[in-house]
Amino acid sequence: MWTLLQIELFKIFKRPRTYIAFVAIAAIVVLIQLALYLDGKTYVNFMLQSIERFNVEGKMLNGYFVCYFILQTLLIHVPLLIALVGGDMIAGEANMGTLRLLISKPINRSTLLISKFLASTIYTLLLLVWMAFLSLLISLIVFGPGDLMVFQSQVIIQIPRSDVFWRYLAAFGFAAIAMTTVAALSFFLSLFAENSIGPIVAAMSIVIVCTILTTMDLPLFLSMKPYLFTSHMLGWKGFFDIKASADGSAELGSIQNLPGILKSALILGLHIVGFVGAAVIIFRRKDILS
Amino acid sequence: MAAIIKVDNLSKQYHEVKAVNDISFTVNTGDIYGFLGQNGAGKSTTIRMLLTLISPTAGTIELFGKNLHANRKEVLQQIGAVIEKPDLYKYLTGYENLSLFARMSGVKVTQKKLTDQLEQVGLTERAHSKVRTFSQGMKQRLGIAIALIHDPKLIILDEPTNGLDPQGIADIRNLILHLSRHQGKTILVSSHLLHEIELIANRMLIIDKGKKIMEGTVAELVDPARTRVHLEVTNPQQVVTWLQSSRWSTCLQEQNNTVILLQMNKQQVPELTADLVKAGANIMALQPQNSLESYFLSLTTENRHVDTFTN
Repeated sequence: MWTLLQIELFKIFKRPRTYIAFVAIAAIVVLIQLALYLDGKTYVNFMLQSIERFNVEGKMLNGYFVCYFILQTLLIHVPLLIALVGGDMIAGEANMGTLRLLISKPINRSTLLISKFLASTIYTLLLLVWMAFLSLLISLIVFGPGDLMVFQSQVIIQIPRSDVFWRYLAAFGFAAIAMTTVAALSFFLSLFAENSIGPIVAAMSIVIVCTILTTMDLPLFLSMKPYLFTSHMLGWKGFFDIKASADGSAELGSIQNLPGILKSALILGLHIVGFVGAAVIIFRRKDILS
Repeated sequence: MAAIIKVDNLSKQYHEVKAVNDISFTVNTGDIYGFLGQNGAGKSTTIRMLLTLISPTAGTIELFGKNLHANRKEVLQQIGAVIEKPDLYKYLTGYENLSLFARMSGVKVTQKKLTDQLEQVGLTERAHSKVRTFSQGMKQRLGIAIALIHDPKLIILDEPTNGLDPQGIADIRNLILHLSRHQGKTILVSSHLLHEIELIANRMLIIDKGKKIMEGTVAELVDPARTRVHLEVTNPQQVVTWLQSSRWSTCLQEQNNTVILLQMNKQQVPELTADLVKAGANIMALQPQNSLESYFLSLTTENRHVDTFTN
């Protein structure tokens, strides 16, 4: 398994297309940072317009705020970049004709498939680490630390700076589970195609359709919502939902709905197991005709 | 001689189509076994079943005396294969491709072994070039290097000369002969280029439409006693009538317009020619064909005629 995983990672990181996602994330993050650096105050004032009698002391446009802004914007689009690699894992091999050579080697099919999935998961995690490095650490260096202000509808949540960093670590951890779910979905779809475009487009279509179902408050869809993985993908925001004490001050280290976050993580985990388990069962019996 | 491959009543059906229909054959240790058939005859499907790429609908496969599906990993460790065209990772170098597949073969391969293997197939100078820059012949040679790197006992080559120029075809042929004679490998090689198989194989199987037509040694299949003679005359009815009443009547096979087909010992052809002239046959052409190619073509063509008339 370890040898196969090494080989799969070697193949992933030898392909130029692998780095498209890293370059794309870097470009978007730097552009957002640049825009906020040059004109961030206008944006903050616009956000505060709807909230009366609110005086801000200190630096609101700090590194933590910029990171939150980037995550909100970017985590919706990262699944596309994940699907680029996940959807290529089996279909890409079938397209190149290398799948038949792999299968004719003395390797267990399940082991091969799991090592491929683990490699795409490692790619996903590295992409998130890269994103965390750029959006959190670079933002902190450029904009400096400060209390984090989070806008939620008509409410502003203020989290003291000493209580923010661990929340980001937890949020990125949750995002890793959410993105791995997308990787598992595209990986599963990759079994049924002989070129990678199909599974990539299919994975994104499923994410988009499920996201639309998640946002529509129609009775039929409401009953489906708890089971759709897209309903749980933004669970990372829960780590920034801090409890308030009786006097209105923030309770350090608290989370409003930790069971809800854990439940979302569990549902995403079940989706991952379901997609990969189904992929293994199908792949073990599949005739390799490509 | 011990059987390395033993296939019994193997079939593969895709919906209504029987790609392989109840074929059985045996490949013995040391054989260069030719697996012949036209495109779509079922050769690749059979080879894919031997390599566990696809599952048989019926039948059993034993390799090295063991059931393939019960001992898959152990059996595949002793096989090297090139399946159809050698598709490799184009973004990796030849050396990287070889190293990667060597590790997958379950044996530890030294750097020297990798270099030596590339040298054996004449790719030393291009070892560190990306495969996307390789010609078809170079890819084919790299594919063979990958098949050989773990020193397998059995080598399966599916259409190894496809897309190669004459020199490339000759190189592959020489390599196959070298592997058999000097390294004692057992080789199963499929092709529709029958002349190539005739030059290298000692035993062969001919299949058509998924069915086994003939299995035997090359010597048997190109037996001069079974030379086919294509006779073309301007007065076929008269010649056929004469042939039926002559000592050549048992040699007469069939007539198609102006062409009459006979089968006889090759040494009898001059006598036949003299007799035909004496009998007043207006001969346009008389061509003895005893190569495997004509034999193969006649078998598969006859089969097709039979099907046409019986369906």
